[in-house]
Amino acid sequence: MFDDLRELYQEVILDHGKNPRNFGAMDDANRAARGDNPMCGDRITVYLSVDDEGVIREATFSGQGCAISTASASMMTEIVKGKTVDDAKELFQSFHNMCTKDHCDMSAHEESDPDAVERLTVLSGVRQFPVRVKCATLAWHTLNAATTSADEAEPETVTTE
Amino acid sequence: MNDAATLAEAAVGHNRPEPYDVERIRQDFPILQREVYGQPLVYLDSAASAQKPRQVIEAVESAYQEDYSNVHRGVHFLSQRATDRFEASREAAARFVNAASSDEIVFTRGGTESINLIAATYGRKFLREGDEIVISHLEHHSNIVPWQMLRDEKGLKLKVVPVDDDGNFLLDAYAELLGPKTRFVAITHMSNALGKVIPAKEVIRLAHQRDIPVLLDGCQAVSHQAIDVQELDVDFYVFSGHKLYGPTGVGVLYGKMDLLDKMPPYQGGGEMISSVTFEESTFKPVPHRFEAGTPAIVQVIGLGAALQYVNDLGIENIAAHEAGLMEYAHQRLAEIKGLRILGSTENKASIVSFTMEGAHAHDIGTIVDRAGVAVRAGHHCAQPLMDRFDIAASARASFGLYNTFGEVDALAESLNAVTEIFG
Ligand SMILES: Cc1ncc(COP(=O)(O)O)c(C=O)c1O
Repeated sequence: MFDDLRELYQEVILDHGKNPRNFGAMDDANRAARGDNPMCGDRITVYLSVDDEGVIREATFSGQGCAISTASASMMTEIVKGKTVDDAKELFQSFHNMCTKDHCDMSAHEESDPDAVERLTVLSGVRQFPVRVKCATLAWHTLNAATTSADEAEPETVTTE
Repeated sequence: MNDAATLAEAAVGHNRPEPYDVERIRQDFPILQREVYGQPLVYLDSAASAQKPRQVIEAVESAYQEDYSNVHRGVHFLSQRATDRFEASREAAARFVNAASSDEIVFTRGGTESINLIAATYGRKFLREGDEIVISHLEHHSNIVPWQMLRDEKGLKLKVVPVDDDGNFLLDAYAELLGPKTRFVAITHMSNALGKVIPAKEVIRLAHQRDIPVLLDGCQAVSHQAIDVQELDVDFYVFSGHKLYGPTGVGVLYGKMDLLDKMPPYQGGGEMISSVTFEESTFKPVPHRFEAGTPAIVQVIGLGAALQYVNDLGIENIAAHEAGLMEYAHQRLAEIKGLRILGSTENKASIVSFTMEGAHAHDIGTIVDRAGVAVRAGHHCAQPLMDRFDIAASARASFGLYNTFGEVDALAESLNAVTEIFG
């Protein structure tokens, strides 16, 4: 077995991939968006319930995808719960850098959110697999689209292309 | 055949000794000698695009280095050389599919453009509101989308021939779909996602009983079986050069002369006209009418070398070798727990498409890649077919003339790593 594969498919990822948390549509969501990865056929929908203060109260997702995209979506729904939309977006930016750049500084989030940093670091093993970065970031792109979708509007669709 | 063509053939021709010596054949493919991630490359993605033998690479190189010029335009020496080699490829393509005349061979950018050309010329001119086009559930997107675009433009209907759970084309259902409004049939000769081959002769015969023309998408089939367009009596047959060991950027459209002859031009420009004034232009005869602009000169010459290469090996010999690989692959993959092969083994060529319990195709692709094994993972540009089998994606191993039994073993072993991680 190859080390970088082990690093990519760590236990946490396999666990979230097999048993995704917060999985399923949310009836009373006030934000939603669909994300497609046309290259491999991954499709997910992210549902959010955002309160008047801009805090994400609930986050769920549905759809199907590979282990990486499923695990990423699952962990994301856990991580963003209780965060403001703005904080979530900032975290996405840092995570995106982590997946695509060799050196990335997560220290801005280290203190406020050590748990999120640790989980996202696990996923950043995709850095060794450039074609899989889109799998890891699909859910976050979709979340991003959901937060900008108008209340009650038709879910918007984003693609990784 | 003219002198230049003979020359070009002599330059690339090699008569191979029997029996099929795959190790020797592999020596013709420089890329197969390379390693990936420190492992020998195991290339099982020829259905997406095949690797090129030295003979093709050298033909391309010599076309640039010795015989390059624009074609059909100059009176000078090089223009004649380039034109001769270019037209020799047309002759070679005509012989390859046994067309009655090389005038029935139109060069395009690829299979996709060939289909779009037919939709845009034949389709636009001869299909009318309410007419029906029959396609099948096995189609690649490139034999769906051009017809949908034409449907929306002209108010046509698309009818889809179903497949059974084993991926077999349902001939009876097809016969029932053919009706008084059916004006065109466009069907893949071989599915790129499952490897299933359709009963082409019957499909054509049934359509012809009602005077309906048939287009076969031969992008996959052409590398795995001999094609005789006259014997099939097919009206249009299309394929790409790059899946047939030739260069990218070139494809073939075969059409029966009486059909091509009544079709309007595809694009306007140089090369396709007899005369132009500002009032009007008159068009060249077939096939030049459909080849506006400077063509992919060097790629067409490279395709000629690829056809020669395949001919020298013998397509029947290639098919027999690949059939052996297929049988062995089915046997080896059946041993892997949780692995499901899509499409039963009968009428199937050179493609094994599969899913694994608990592991998404994309993850399978990544894991075997680290062992040097290149497979395709995804929907294979055949999303309706994936939906039919209720899956988002599959992993696909496809075999070419250079693959070995050892490579089937390498695939099977690399799949064990998938089981190890996801099992
Ligand atoms: C059955 C089939 N049809 C059409 C195509 C399109 O060929 P190209 O992309 O070379 O134009 C392909 C290639 O993927 C194919 O497998």
